[in-house]
Amino acid sequence: MISVRNISKKFGKLDVLKEFNLEFEAGKSYALMGPNGSGKTTLIKIILGMVIPNKGDVIVQGESIKNNFKYRSNIGYMPQIGRYPDNMKIGQLFRMMQDMRPEIKEYDVELMESFGLNQMMDKPMHTLSGGTRQKVSAALAFMFNADILILDEPTAGLDPMAVETLKNKIKKERDSGKLILITSHILSELDELTDQAIYIFEGDIFFNDSVAMLKETTGEERFTTAIARLMEWSLKKKQTKTELSHV
Amino acid sequence: MFKLLKYSLYDILKSRFAILYTIFMVLVAVSIYQVSEDLSKVSLSLLNIMLMIVPLIAAVFATTHFFNNLEFTELMLAQPVKRRNVFLSQILAVIIMLSAAIVIGFGIPMLIWGADESILILLAIGIALSIVFAGLAFLASVMTRDKAKAIGISLSFWIYFSLIYDGFVLYLIYSLSDFPLEKTTLGLVFLNPVDLGRIIMLMKLDISTLMGYTGAFFQNFFGSAQGILLSSFILLIWMSWPVATAMRIFKRKDF
Repeated sequence: MISVRNISKKFGKLDVLKEFNLEFEAGKSYALMGPNGSGKTTLIKIILGMVIPNKGDVIVQGESIKNNFKYRSNIGYMPQIGRYPDNMKIGQLFRMMQDMRPEIKEYDVELMESFGLNQMMDKPMHTLSGGTRQKVSAALAFMFNADILILDEPTAGLDPMAVETLKNKIKKERDSGKLILITSHILSELDELTDQAIYIFEGDIFFNDSVAMLKETTGEERFTTAIARLMEWSLKKKQTKTELSHV
Repeated sequence: MFKLLKYSLYDILKSRFAILYTIFMVLVAVSIYQVSEDLSKVSLSLLNIMLMIVPLIAAVFATTHFFNNLEFTELMLAQPVKRRNVFLSQILAVIIMLSAAIVIGFGIPMLIWGADESILILLAIGIALSIVFAGLAFLASVMTRDKAKAIGISLSFWIYFSLIYDGFVLYLIYSLSDFPLEKTTLGLVFLNPVDLGRIIMLMKLDISTLMGYTGAFFQNFFGSAQGILLSSFILLIWMSWPVATAMRIFKRKDF
C-alpha cells in the first residue's frame, strides 16, 4: 500500500536516511522503532510530503507522491506535537479540516465524543493543555476514515483513561483492515497494537519482520526484552564498525 | 485555494495588528489633512510618510506572520491541498490585509475631505510597495529557519532600499558629475522599487522642477504615457519576482 523506494535524505551534511527501502502492506500494523534521531519522524514526514527527499520516491496506493497531493486524503496523521493556529477554536478547527476534504461526507466522531471534545468546541486552541491537544490530534486523525493511519507517538501526554480509549480505537481500526503505522517509545503498547516490527538504526533498517519472528530471532519471550536485545546488537554492530574504520 | 485563503484571512483580520495598523493610517491621514488645504501638498506629505512606513510595516509584519503561522502551514501540508495554494493563501492574506489598511486608512479621510487623481495613484503605489516588501519578506522567511534572522534580512531589505540605496546613487552622481549620467540614474531608479514609486508620484504632481536637471530629464521620460507605462511595468516585475522565487523555494522546503 505504501512503498518507500531508495529514499535518501540529508539535512546539511547529516545523512538521515540512506537508500532507504520499505514496504507497508494493507491490513497490517507496523511498529516503527529506533533510537532518538534515527530518522523515524523524517520517514513519516517524507511519506506525508512535508519533507522532500533528495533521492527516491514513495508510492502510496499505486500513485507516486511527487507533485501529488490528493493521496493525502487517504492518510490520517497524528503528529508527535500537534501544533494548531492559536486563535482558532476546537470546533472551527474540526470544521476547517472537514472543509479541506469536501469529498468525505461521513465523519468518524467516536474518538471526539469519547474524549469529551464535543463539549468544549468553543475553547480556543491556545488555552488547551498538552494532553487535550493530543486528543484533538487523535480525533482529527481518525475522523475521515482514512485507509492509512500514521500515528507519531500517539499516547505521549495522554492520561491513562484516554490512552485506553485510543488503544481500543486503534485495535478496532486495525481489525477492520486498515494500514496502521505507529512510532512510540512505549514498547508494551507497541506489543499490544502491532504485528510487524521495524527497527531503524542510523538511517538503515536493522530489523523488519513480524513480531513473532522478532521474538524467535532474539530468543526472548517478551517484546520489550526482545527489543532491548535488538538495541544491544545494533550498538555492538556500530562498535565493530568504528573499530574497523580505525584499522 | 479559496478555502485556505478564507481561513488565513479570517485569522489575520482578527489579529490586533490589523486594527492597529489601520487606525495608525487613519491618524496619519487625518493629521495631514488638518495641516494643509492644498490637495497636492497633502498627497506629497502622505507620499513621504508612506514611502518610509509602508515598506517597513510590510517587511516586518509579513515575516512575523510567516513564522507565527508556521503551525497552520504545517497542519495544512499534511492535508490534501497543494503546496502552492498553501503558500499563496498565506501571502495573499498578508497582502490583502496590508492593502486594506492603506485603502481604509487613507480612504476614509479622502471621502470626508475630498481627493484628486494623484491620491488614487498614491494608494496604488502604497499597495504596490506592500506587495513588493511582503514578497521580499516571504523570500527571507523561506530561506531561513530562524525567525530573528528572517526579520533581520527583511529589515535590511528595507534599510537598503529606503536609506542606503539613495546615498549610494547620490555618491555616484556626485563623484562622477563630469559625465552625462541621466540615463544611468534612470537605470538605477529602476533597480529600487521605493524610488520608482516616489518618481511616479512626483511626476504626477508635476513638481519635478524641485529636482533640478535630472528631474527635468525624468519629467521628459516619465511624463510621457510611455514612461509611466514602462515604470509601472518595472514595478510589476518588482511585485512578482520575490513572490515567485519564494514560492519556488517553499515548494521544496522541509517542514
